[in-house]
Amino acid sequence: MRAVVTVTGSDRRGIIAKVSGFLFEHDVNIEDISQTILGDQFAMIMMVDTSESKEDFAALSAALEEMGKKIGMTVRLQHADIFDAMHNV
Amino acid sequence: MFNKFDVLETIDMIEKEHLDIRTVTMGVSLLPCIRATAKETAAAVYDRVMKSAKDLVKTANDLSREYGIPIVNKRVSVTPVSLVTAAFPAESVLVGRALDRAAGELGIDFLGGYSALVHKGTADYEEVFLRTIPEVLSTTQRLCSSVNVGSSKSGINMDAVRMMGEIVLDTAARTADRDGLGCAKLVVFCNAVEDNPFMAGAFHGVGEADTVINVGVSGPGVVQHALKFIPDADLTDAAELIKRTAFKITRAGQLIAKEAAKRLGARFGIVDLSLAPTPARGDSVAHILEELGLEVVGCHGTTAALAMLNDAVKKGGVMASSRVGGLSGAFIPVSEDIGMIESATAGKITLEKLEAMTCVCSVGLDMIAIPGDTPASTISAIIADEAAIGMVNNKTTAVRVIPAPGKKVGDEVSFGGLLGRAPVMPVHGGDAGKFIRRGGLIPAPIHSFKN
Repeated sequence: MRAVVTVTGSDRRGIIAKVSGFLFEHDVNIEDISQTILGDQFAMIMMVDTSESKEDFAALSAALEEMGKKIGMTVRLQHADIFDAMHNV
Repeated sequence: MFNKFDVLETIDMIEKEHLDIRTVTMGVSLLPCIRATAKETAAAVYDRVMKSAKDLVKTANDLSREYGIPIVNKRVSVTPVSLVTAAFPAESVLVGRALDRAAGELGIDFLGGYSALVHKGTADYEEVFLRTIPEVLSTTQRLCSSVNVGSSKSGINMDAVRMMGEIVLDTAARTADRDGLGCAKLVVFCNAVEDNPFMAGAFHGVGEADTVINVGVSGPGVVQHALKFIPDADLTDAAELIKRTAFKITRAGQLIAKEAAKRLGARFGIVDLSLAPTPARGDSVAHILEELGLEVVGCHGTTAALAMLNDAVKKGGVMASSRVGGLSGAFIPVSEDIGMIESATAGKITLEKLEAMTCVCSVGLDMIAIPGDTPASTISAIIADEAAIGMVNNKTTAVRVIPAPGKKVGDEVSFGGLLGRAPVMPVHGGDAGKFIRRGGLIPAPIHSFKN
């Protein structure tokens, strides 16, 4: 399944390492990464493919969010369709 | 394909601007549940609702997690109960309580459809049914009731209008210990729609399929936020921006509606293109109107601003969804919108202005607290005025007023949660009693005769 990971919060070291490590452990393939700094806010967006992951998508999303809290970031995993629907005619 | 700015915009809409799916409502037909007795019917109704909607809450929660968008309410609407209990109307309360029990066990917040459609005349069984409404609303938690008293095709049933004034007052009296809360769950309609996902007026029309998923979207905060970026734009550009924003909001609703219907084995019904406020700051329709340049909602210009907003929401939404319906437009409930509450508390918006606003928007006089000693005939007259607006303009109108027991102008009622709080507003003191007592049917307007 095509999905989007977004990471937002104050910029700090090791964010990409932590998030990509988590995705690797859960068999999620990263297809594209982009990031921006808005003021002191860090925003990273990853396009991922979860079809190899054995975990239920909702559970994976919850676990990733939980991991984000530990590193003080807001991390979300969302089905890509929501963005397609809202931003494409 | 979307880009990173699209992603961040969606995240901001959800996190900062209160974008959410306001309700996923499953419509369930109760017609197969009619049995020989009230007791057997109540049991069949309970079983059917439990079976049809058993996965509703879980599915909505799963979708919310997967798509990352809050789904605030999960609800059920059913066939108007007066049809199901026509053979034993005095015992309709049994069916009402069975529905309320099912709603509690399903974990949904409201179940709508303790309803009757009497727009062309009140049958004997319907009259008995209507008299059970105060009892059932005062002894249940989640059940909602609605009555359709008029339509553009048939005119206004003034005998039913007269009766509903008394029923609203009786419902308030029986829930006096909760500021008349029962009346927050009772809507009187003209031109009621059969696929409305919003409470308290939802019911499942007899023309509908067995089980249907209807979705109501929201997002006043998103529209207000978008308008902040064009403070000096003219109203053509403002309308264009509202359209674009409504499109995005509605597309999220369409996606959730189709997926929910698929997973629940139900038909996709409609998306209701609504701007539904909540009492939270940043989630107010009134504040959109103020963003457009009004000092306070209720001042002159409010009706025009609302007309523009309502139309733009519809135009943006229609393109975003394959099937639209329900009430569709901006809601202006007083107690459920922080901007409305503040304006009403300051005496800056009146019942008369709200009535004018209902000529150009979705619903009607909604969640308005009025003095507890308001006569039944005055409530009937308020209903008649709203019904006339709906009948002549070919639109849905409704009245959901709360005659707050023991309270007078300046006092406040508080229901908590999404139902919010409201100051008690003055009603006109003139007596419409004779007009209401005449009864009969106000004939349908000439322009409704299209056959």
